Amino acid sequence: MKPPLLTVQGLVKHFPLKKDVFGRGGGTVRAVDGLHFHVFAGETLGVVGESGCGKSTTARLLMHLIAPTAGEVVFDGRAVGSRDLPLKDYHRQVQMVFQDSYASLNPRLTIEDSVAFGPRVHGVGAREAVERARGLLAKVGLEPARFAERYPHELSGGQRQRVNIARALALAPRVVILDEAVSALDKSVEAQVLNLLLDLKDEFGLTYVFISHDLNVVRYISDRVMVMYLGEVAEIGDAERLFEAPRHPYTAALLSSMPSMDPDRRTERAPLAGDPPNPIDPPAGCRFHPRCPRAEAVCAQRVPARPAGGDGVACLMFEAGSGHAAAPARAA
Amino acid sequence: MTEPLASLRDLHVTFTGGRAPVRAVNGVSLDVQRGEAVALIGESGSGKSVTLRTLLMLHPPRRTRLSGSVKVAGRDVLAMKERELADYRGSVASMIFQEPLLALDPVYTLGAQIVESIRRHEPGVDHAAATRRALELFERVRIPSPERRLAAYPHEMSGGMRQRAMIALALANRPQLLLADEPTTALDATVQIQVLILLRELQRELGLAIVFVTHDIGAALEVADRIAVMYAGRIVEEGTARELMRAPRHPYTLALLRSRAHGTMARGERLVTIPGAPPDLARLPPGCAFAERCAWAQEACRAGEPEAVTIAPGHRARCLRTDATAPT
Amino acid sequence: MPMSAAAAAPAVPVPPPRSRGYWAGVGLRFVKDPVALGASAVLLVLLVLALFGPWLAPADPFKSSMLGRLQPIGSEGFPLGSDELGRDMLSRLMVGARLSLFMGITPVVLAFVIGTTIGLVAGYAGGLVNSAIMRTVDVFYAFPSVLLAIALSGALGAGIGNALLSLTIVFVPPIARVAESVTTQVRTRDYVEAARASGAGAFAIVRVHVLGNVLGPIFVYATGLIAVSMILASGLSFLGLGVKPPEPEWGLMLNTLRTAIYVQPWVAALPGAMIFVTSIAFNLLSDSLRNAMDVK
Repeated sequence: MKPPLLTVQGLVKHFPLKKDVFGRGGGTVRAVDGLHFHVFAGETLGVVGESGCGKSTTARLLMHLIAPTAGEVVFDGRAVGSRDLPLKDYHRQVQMVFQDSYASLNPRLTIEDSVAFGPRVHGVGAREAVERARGLLAKVGLEPARFAERYPHELSGGQRQRVNIARALALAPRVVILDEAVSALDKSVEAQVLNLLLDLKDEFGLTYVFISHDLNVVRYISDRVMVMYLGEVAEIGDAERLFEAPRHPYTAALLSSMPSMDPDRRTERAPLAGDPPNPIDPPAGCRFHPRCPRAEAVCAQRVPARPAGGDGVACLMFEAGSGHAAAPARAA
Repeated sequence: MTEPLASLRDLHVTFTGGRAPVRAVNGVSLDVQRGEAVALIGESGSGKSVTLRTLLMLHPPRRTRLSGSVKVAGRDVLAMKERELADYRGSVASMIFQEPLLALDPVYTLGAQIVESIRRHEPGVDHAAATRRALELFERVRIPSPERRLAAYPHEMSGGMRQRAMIALALANRPQLLLADEPTTALDATVQIQVLILLRELQRELGLAIVFVTHDIGAALEVADRIAVMYAGRIVEEGTARELMRAPRHPYTLALLRSRAHGTMARGERLVTIPGAPPDLARLPPGCAFAERCAWAQEACRAGEPEAVTIAPGHRARCLRTDATAPT
Repeated sequence: MPMSAAAAAPAVPVPPPRSRGYWAGVGLRFVKDPVALGASAVLLVLLVLALFGPWLAPADPFKSSMLGRLQPIGSEGFPLGSDELGRDMLSRLMVGARLSLFMGITPVVLAFVIGTTIGLVAGYAGGLVNSAIMRTVDVFYAFPSVLLAIALSGALGAGIGNALLSLTIVFVPPIARVAESVTTQVRTRDYVEAARASGAGAFAIVRVHVLGNVLGPIFVYATGLIAVSMILASGLSFLGLGVKPPEPEWGLMLNTLRTAIYVQPWVAALPGAMIFVTSIAFNLLSDSLRNAMDVK
């Protein structure tokens, strides 16, 4: 079993809330609360979850755009931000594509300058950086002769996202984090960009962390999938297995919330009531227990064990001897 | 054949603000029966939102050129003056939007907004009666603890709750037609299905007709009885939800359905994409707007806009090559 | 089925052939605006006067004549009248353009450089550094500008140099505030985050990504301040804290012609009219620039 390329261990990010003049408010947004997972070389890890689950914060923590409150990110056996792996070197290995294709590009720079910026920062000479930028623009399907000297406002959403992908690849990273990278695109453009991502992954041997709310796309593109709920991992494992036979009740509810695509067999009842909760005051015990159809008394008292980084589920039903009716007996 | 509740005939909407006039809607004809849910599907630039907003005359009057006819509940919407429109909006037809935070007034409680809407349309109703009706509406859209929520401000509610509140506001004056502009696009999956089911229930319980605009075919299938696919300002295919899923015939509909990622695909299989891009609405080609991206296009397709071809009762497509797209 | 899967480089639609930079677009929109062109024309005339006034002026602005005092407009030898010492108004106004414009533009330019730097540092650093810097700036900002200018000039002493210094100090806080505000907005944009994510240091990010995007709004704000600077400088001269007689400077001229208001009101108002015209021209220029820069 190969060691993981990227490991997140006990990652915590809390945002404090200000108190007002009367001392009201305060408290903390526990956006990410003890995250632990692996990313293996060459795979695509899909990350799904709803509002408040912490997936965007996770993306920023992975990129070290914000510093964690606790825990660490380990890349290739070295802790990120330590002397072994200074941030600047880490950023050469791990890059990110953002959701908003327009806001991700400096409106005052030509797209070739935007793409060349990263290499220039790392010491590549001006001419060579531009050459590299043009080569990458060609790779993502934007003919350099026609596009290199254009400005972002002259391109369409899909074209801009291609530029963002080229920019992410300019430093020849090993891992690319895609934070809702195709969510804002029209379906037909999304298909083109997804194909491009797959081609680039094959050609450059990349590893993807693909964050999205679109379950169909995640299923299509991912090897493994991680489901997040209220800042924690609910379930993680092989994509096909997770979609075919979800273990965590939240995963099951999420998957059955997808429209049926069959007008004769429409969904009759919503699998979950209410909105995804707010990470300010998470429930005691298992965080999902207030909405869980399989919850029992023990779920409010006992916190499920964190799943292993590769494959696992955070649910008392799968923990031997947890006290839940469905749990297997403890091994003798 | 009963009189449809809403009837659009040869609607053309052109925006004249910019460098060249933008032909957003080019000859749309659509009927919506009482109590029927119709979905308008398309991508950005297809004209679906513009068509919807025309039903409430929400376009800036000076920069919009309208032609054709729009009749709702026997009234000629295009000919209405401001006063009539103000009466019409809310009590005959009303709309819910994609982002409730932008559509609801942030400085008034939900209860106040609903009461205001009721009393504007029915001045004889006193405050207490209007508040009772607001409470009933909140119960009908299944908002828990409705009394407390009536006193809440929009920003104090969660996304799904806000969307329900907006639906309640839209139903305050018992409209016959509910217009929904991408109402679930910004919602999480588990909340989206709740709202879609709610819309279906309201359609059944109140006999509400719904016109639902979305780019998400899955959402449309959960709600719609009939679906109209739009491209470059025209309806290119129209039929019952079942017909369209079973046997889509227009090349664009086919391409749209095929380019969706779905679970039954093999690992690593590439998605089928539509080459090219949607046309510039300021410079539409003379013939079929999809011809330049269509694998079956012929000379005749570029010559003139195709007429609607009836494929099955209630199922029509604007295409000259429906013979080629028939299921084998 | 002839629908084929797209290759890695699908045909993407061609955008319009001409590619214009942002500033070229601004320039094009600017020249199409009649107000902008009008204001620019006025300022051009003033610039010519400022540069070549002494050679263009018909008479010697310093030559006084006790017999020709306070002549009305249109008199023989005094096309715009004469002042209280019999000096030709037209010549004094023309030659005065140099000093008046200098007093208007210089403090703003200096404050632009200093204020932008302060605002950039505060805006980009954020947190405690931001608070420390901006609260200090706020202390100065709280003073009404006229009061502050007078107080500083009074403390430093009269003279053009000190007047310029005090005016610069007056203008640094408002420019710094605008700079900090715009920088804070830009700092949170995705493209700045992306630049951080590529490992760039603060300097590189500010130079490449932040500066180009904040200079515009600050520049527009600053051009609006030029008019204020002229008026404040005039006020200082009026009070005897700036330019000293017999130098022709519009504010000083307003002061010395004060007593002539009842005798020759039109002549006494002339320097004020020049200040007015210049202020309006700069303000309109600033407005048009802002409109031209408002893309999308």
